[in-house]
Amino acid sequence: MFSRMAPRGRSGLGRSLAELGLLLLAILVLLDGTVLSLEAATSSEIDTHEGKPGTHKNTSKKSFPVLGIKYDDVSVPFEISLWVLLASLMKLGFHLIPRLSNVVPESCLLISVGLLVGGILKLARDEVPPVLSDRIFFLCLLPPIILDAGYFLPIRPFVENIGTILMFAVVGTLWNAFFVGGLIYAVCQIAQDKYSEIDLSNIGILPCLLFGSIISAVDPVAVLAVFEEIHINELLHILVFGESLLNDAVTVVLYHLFEEFMESGSVSAVDAILGLVSFLIVALGGVLVGAFYGILAAFTSRFTSHTRVIEPLFVFLYSYMAYLSAEVFHLSGIMSLIACGAVMRPYVEANISHKSHTTIKYFLKMWSSVSETLIFIFLGVATVEGEHHWNWVFLTSTVVLCLVARVIGVVGLTYIINKFRIVKLTTKDQFIIAYGGLRGAIAFSLGFILHSEHKKIFLTAIITVIFFTVFVQGMTIKPLVELLAVKKKHEAKRSINEEIHTRFLDHLLTGIEDICGHYGHHHWKNKLNRFNKKYVKKILIAGDRSKEPQLIAFYHKLEMKNAIQMVESGGGSKLNSTFPSTVSMQNIQPKIHSPPSARPSERALPQLTKGREEEIRQILRTNLQKTRQRLQSYNRHTLVVDPDEEGFDDLILKKRRMMELDWKLKQMTNYLTVPRSQGSPTMSRARMASDSQAYVKPGAENVPTIKIDLASPQSPDSVRLLDEVVQDQGLTMSLPSSSSRAYKTSGKDDGRDQQKLLRCLSDPGPDVDDDEDYDDDEPVPT
Amino acid sequence: MGALKSTPAPIEHHDLSEKTGFSLRQIRVLHKRFKQLSDGDDVLRREDFLGISSLKYNPIRKEIIEAFFNRRNFSPSCEGRANEIDFEEFLVVMSHFKPPCSKMTDEQRKNIRREKLKFIFNMHDSDGDGLITLEDYRHLVEELLSRSGALGKETSRAIADAAMFEVARTVGHRDPDEFYEGITFEHFLKLLSNFDIESRMNIRFLKTDVIPGCRLG
Repeated sequence: MFSRMAPRGRSGLGRSLAELGLLLLAILVLLDGTVLSLEAATSSEIDTHEGKPGTHKNTSKKSFPVLGIKYDDVSVPFEISLWVLLASLMKLGFHLIPRLSNVVPESCLLISVGLLVGGILKLARDEVPPVLSDRIFFLCLLPPIILDAGYFLPIRPFVENIGTILMFAVVGTLWNAFFVGGLIYAVCQIAQDKYSEIDLSNIGILPCLLFGSIISAVDPVAVLAVFEEIHINELLHILVFGESLLNDAVTVVLYHLFEEFMESGSVSAVDAILGLVSFLIVALGGVLVGAFYGILAAFTSRFTSHTRVIEPLFVFLYSYMAYLSAEVFHLSGIMSLIACGAVMRPYVEANISHKSHTTIKYFLKMWSSVSETLIFIFLGVATVEGEHHWNWVFLTSTVVLCLVARVIGVVGLTYIINKFRIVKLTTKDQFIIAYGGLRGAIAFSLGFILHSEHKKIFLTAIITVIFFTVFVQGMTIKPLVELLAVKKKHEAKRSINEEIHTRFLDHLLTGIEDICGHYGHHHWKNKLNRFNKKYVKKILIAGDRSKEPQLIAFYHKLEMKNAIQMVESGGGSKLNSTFPSTVSMQNIQPKIHSPPSARPSERALPQLTKGREEEIRQILRTNLQKTRQRLQSYNRHTLVVDPDEEGFDDLILKKRRMMELDWKLKQMTNYLTVPRSQGSPTMSRARMASDSQAYVKPGAENVPTIKIDLASPQSPDSVRLLDEVVQDQGLTMSLPSSSSRAYKTSGKDDGRDQQKLLRCLSDPGPDVDDDEDYDDDEPVPT
Repeated sequence: MGALKSTPAPIEHHDLSEKTGFSLRQIRVLHKRFKQLSDGDDVLRREDFLGISSLKYNPIRKEIIEAFFNRRNFSPSCEGRANEIDFEEFLVVMSHFKPPCSKMTDEQRKNIRREKLKFIFNMHDSDGDGLITLEDYRHLVEELLSRSGALGKETSRAIADAAMFEVARTVGHRDPDEFYEGITFEHFLKLLSNFDIESRMNIRFLKTDVIPGCRLG
């Protein structure tokens, strides 16, 4: 188990080579398998039902076949599984060579592998069956990636920059499409290449515009794949990524528009206006469909408290339905999916159990990861497979025009946008935005389903642009980011103070706007929030959580995560090392409340344990910050840098010390000046001793207790420990003078606590012993 | 300012414009609002603010109103509270919410940041002694959560305490014999050093792009 967790980078070169060699061997075996299977598959496809040459059936009389091959029945699932396995092994393989994965982005490597595989397949036999059909792509491969992006979309920066994003997505894409389409047409007319077999001047303006609209859209898959690895600051990330998501509507409309025009042959002004209307319908319709399904999902999740196991399924199903429903009506499926994920998330998260949350997170990451890998590999394969019409004029001019269009578009739009922005976009920002406009598999698939006579040359050009952007731009963007010293992602230690002040600022600004009499966007945001709280949350969130304000929800979430973490990793281990300070609550008390003379005597007694207590709190705080960081970013790679999973080595040590600490605390009846947080439901929730045990505090109204659960989740002792603590009148707090206020309780609080406790503990997951999922998580390599 | 109830002399507005950095048009608009709030008077009192209906849902309403009457917001050297403020002081408080200019040197940016954070600090520090104590912080969190009913009381305490811990730890190791009385302004600055206040604490309406340089208030 330990060896699995060993960080990859430490393996010696020899070892990594050996591993790589083994991997390659495995891959070759797989490929042979694929070749064989594909041969068998195609041969059985080609053969008609009647005249089977009978590779697997012997007509002559024979004894009972002990061993036979019957491949047809399982051919399709078999091939699919082989491909997915290949993709996953490839992904695994790249990270065995850290130097390679640092220089070359994963997408490039995957395309190369695809090229390799395609080449091998082509050599093995002349025909390579088209493995990337557009149906597979649009229905199976694309949705997981988009859902992953939409569900974990950071709403606040997205909404704050929505104007900029929309400008880039709509106006930028339109500009790109017309610029590239128009100029390519001009180039085709002008260039008379004697050596080319295609007469370029045949290509009409409409096909050119269609081509332009396909090639102009920034691709979310490619952007995600490349930007994830460069860790630029949140603003740029959300701008480029948001643009890539929202331009789907534009692409869909333009594509269908130009296709229709090509069919009908003529364009009129009315058509143009209808196109505009259609754009609005596609975009808004997509969003509405998504929001509708999102609300449905949120509503459903309100009632799942007794069937926790299928909660993730609802999330996935509703999202997929949203996507498919949008596709039925030719609306923008991507926008629908994003809207669904973004709308349902706050409500669903409030309703589902912690385990379901983890499940959803991991499944989404897994699917989207596999999807992305498959897409890139197939892209490589399809490149080798297809018939290409090489026309250097066309190809080079396409690439150049795309670049130029992007740069001009970004610069021009930024100039206009900066007039409205408070935080202006600098030249460096503009460069990154322009450079980050990568094209990807969506463009390829759209080109694939073209019905034009010029399909081949268009496809070749599309592939060229994709390769260029992914390889050249993808590889060089990282060093460029370093060179230009672009602001990197802030390793944000979002603290409780910042959260408090964020809320505070919101209210403050709303208040000032009201005083000015100015209905600015704070005013409307506030109104929306109030509407949300008053009506929507009551409907969509079960029980009392509907009343929980965001600050408390934030605090709870983190406290819970940290309590679990601390319990798991044994916070006691850090006692002697990192935090020599013994800031205690007592130190923070206002001076007037404790006369200086009493100080030494007060602190003499419980010095050690109080110090330890504080250090535990400090550890809680650090973990609080780290977790907040994890919550904020949503890329595939932060998932793996899980604070839970680090430092497995001293886990055992920590656990031992933890037990020690338990014991010490158990002996105590002295006083600590740690504030009691009687009603803190998070702490109660943190006692996730097991899934099926619902631990209820027995009548603890009048007994002040320490709320930190130091118990490890496994030990049945933990439950008993807390029992004792409660019964012994546990650890009393002495909060001078303010204590009287502190002891006020309300029965309602307890009831709510219980409910909360039950909710999170009622997850009928695997039984008590099986709870160690935190330990078993493998750190997937970055 | 003058006792005129009709359109005030432009000269005064020019002076104010110089001092606070708002444009003349903005000053006119704000002056109109001032008159509206004060019912035609030349001074605003606390009751006038209470008359704003949309403010009633705001959990930190009292603090906001107090901020207008806190002399320390008028200029760094003043102390204490006023009971009524005139238009100039109103404008000075408003000027804390100006959006940043596009071209600013680092020095100017730092100053603006300090200014805005000082404003917030003054809002937290209710007794004006230059320290935010635990009680102040608790009160703050309670206010923020006051709209959520009885749910918040104990949790708000826990949150405030957690926040204070964080401050104490961020600020540095303390000698166990020392008391940590409260957050000083310097600590406050350090605490919110990652907080992007200069771009967040502003009202778009008060954007000043007319003045070439950046006024530091």
